[in-house]
Amino acid sequence: MLWACIRLPHLALDAVLHDVDDPARPLALVTGPAQLRTLHAVNAAAAEAGLRPGMRLTAANAVSAETALHDHDPERDARAHRFLAAWAYRHSSLVSAQWPGAIVLEASASFRLFGPWPQLEAKLRRELDALGFQHRIALAPTPRAAQVFAGLRDGYALSDRDTLAPTLDRVPIRRAALPDEAGVRLHRMGIRSLKELRELPRDGIRRRFGLPLLEHLDRLYGTADDPLDCYQPPDHFDSRIEMGYEVESHQALLFPLRRLVRDLAVYLSARDGGVQRFVIRLEHEVLRREAGVREKSHTDVAVGMLAAERDAALLMDIARNRLEQASIDKPVVGLRLLARELPPFVPAARDLFDTRPSQAMPWPQLRERLRAKLGDDAVYRIAPTGDPRPERAWRPADVDDDAACTAPAPIRPPRPAWLLPQPVPLRQHGLRIVSGPERLESGWWDDDDVRRDYYVLETAHGQRAWAYADPGKRGEWMLHGWFA
Amino acid sequence: MGAQVIPLESLLSARTVWRAGRQAAPAPLGESTGFAALDALLPHGGWPQGALSELLIPAEGVGELTLLMPTLARMTQAGRLVALIAPPLCPYAPAWQRAGVDLRYLEIVQPGVDNRSRGALWAFEQCLRSAAFSAVLGWPSNADGASLRRLQVAADTGQCLGFAVRDSKHADNPSPAALRMERVQGHWRIRKCRGGQVPSQGFAPPSPAVLPG
Repeated sequence: MLWACIRLPHLALDAVLHDVDDPARPLALVTGPAQLRTLHAVNAAAAEAGLRPGMRLTAANAVSAETALHDHDPERDARAHRFLAAWAYRHSSLVSAQWPGAIVLEASASFRLFGPWPQLEAKLRRELDALGFQHRIALAPTPRAAQVFAGLRDGYALSDRDTLAPTLDRVPIRRAALPDEAGVRLHRMGIRSLKELRELPRDGIRRRFGLPLLEHLDRLYGTADDPLDCYQPPDHFDSRIEMGYEVESHQALLFPLRRLVRDLAVYLSARDGGVQRFVIRLEHEVLRREAGVREKSHTDVAVGMLAAERDAALLMDIARNRLEQASIDKPVVGLRLLARELPPFVPAARDLFDTRPSQAMPWPQLRERLRAKLGDDAVYRIAPTGDPRPERAWRPADVDDDAACTAPAPIRPPRPAWLLPQPVPLRQHGLRIVSGPERLESGWWDDDDVRRDYYVLETAHGQRAWAYADPGKRGEWMLHGWFA
Repeated sequence: MGAQVIPLESLLSARTVWRAGRQAAPAPLGESTGFAALDALLPHGGWPQGALSELLIPAEGVGELTLLMPTLARMTQAGRLVALIAPPLCPYAPAWQRAGVDLRYLEIVQPGVDNRSRGALWAFEQCLRSAAFSAVLGWPSNADGASLRRLQVAADTGQCLGFAVRDSKHADNPSPAALRMERVQGHWRIRKCRGGQVPSQGFAPPSPAVLPG
């Protein structure tokens, strides 16, 4: 195994510069308690103006008044670190971000895909430059050695395990990234290089510095295994695109939405998962002139499906239909896609030799499309129930409720294929009674009492109607269905 | 008006023109209607496959479902999906079940009230095109010729049976449907059937109320 270490010497600064409009302006990060504010990091323009990290804030203000000052936020650093770990995960399956300011990835397994190390290294550097993170990269047979080399010489690559020990032996003790500042203490003891440290009796080192230093040395030289905390991609998807301008039409949102959905699909296929519901968040920002503040709000467009899906085109189709249903009453400045539930994806089994028309779409997929456009309740099945009252003798059935659909309806006199949603008066001449009456007297248990005499009538046009009248009466017909 | 020259062969192969007196090759076999008398009248021995059939009725409930029920029952019992797009009245589950329809394979698409007619046309076309269904029934009340043509093309693409139930007032307008049947005075008159001559006699199905109870 060969490990590449990417050191991020200016992670905090780069994370801030990533978000500011003009990175070329002097900028400094401030840290420390209120009484003792010091500069944590400065960018090139600020360094040119004479600012140095560690400088007191008052001194810095005296040197350069134009420098933009930002608070140093460790949470932002951690976010950037995680983001870079996710980025590195695209190049290797073994990525660790366990050391602050560094990312370690296993490189040799990726050579077949990305080409030999010089090519992979160039690719990493190109992408980091595009992302705007300064970096130092080195390659070594152990992760800790790679970390040490990255600190010593940018671009150093050592792939031969036999020369690892002699090379490491020459590393100055203070530059060897030893744990707990041990390097400085060893230097004071007169130890100058790792070679001299290794020649010391291990027992004595253990007593003076504890076991961690010895373990570190063994892992550094590769004589002991180095169990790393490997990066695991998060199990939810959250991505956001900021518009450069205010958008008020659906059409203009489709392009960024397509990007987000494509990212989601790539993410899902990497996880071998699917998504059942996600939220498209439209972020608004309204300037309140009287208060002089920008008021933020958002509209959520929820997208739900009956089964987990991960096909980009299908997800886009559904997301687009849902978005078109939503009304945009405020200008949108940002678009965010959140997916928290990512169930495993079970692809539909299909026959290899199934001959289907080219534009074929399986029913579950089509059902999602119909529901997205026409509403969640627009697609249903019907099932009979045991209730004697005609309007309650059927109900819509759920997608997976096959049992309800197959349950046989109680045997009753003929029932019409069409039922009117509401009975309506039937005022026609020439009605002829075909059969009846069938008395229904039911529903006393739920306060929806029904007393009706049902008849099958034939109209003058030859239609067969199912109508009822009050018990014992004929003539004031209420039409309830058609025998179509 | 530059008249475009179309070779007769292409028209014949597309079966838009056929030779009278000679039985056109019934290449794709029709889907049996379940009524032997009706099958005998239709050129392919049943409903035309991959095409739109139009049923013209004076009002709801004159026997349009009786005509279709054997087909729907046979399809659903074989596990093939059937869709009803925006039915004008509630399909009454006990009666449909008694008629032999396996309700597991009957899907109903009912668009919301605000975009009923447009949504229904769109859903009709989507379902026809998808090839997910064996038969799709729709009630395109105010569809014009262009919409019907789209439906016909969609049924052809999806190779499924499309049934458009419409009012008899459309009977005199031209239609791209492969089969047109009109309900006149208690029997079905075939007004158009692609691939054969229009039979002169009509078909009288059993009376609607004789659904097995």
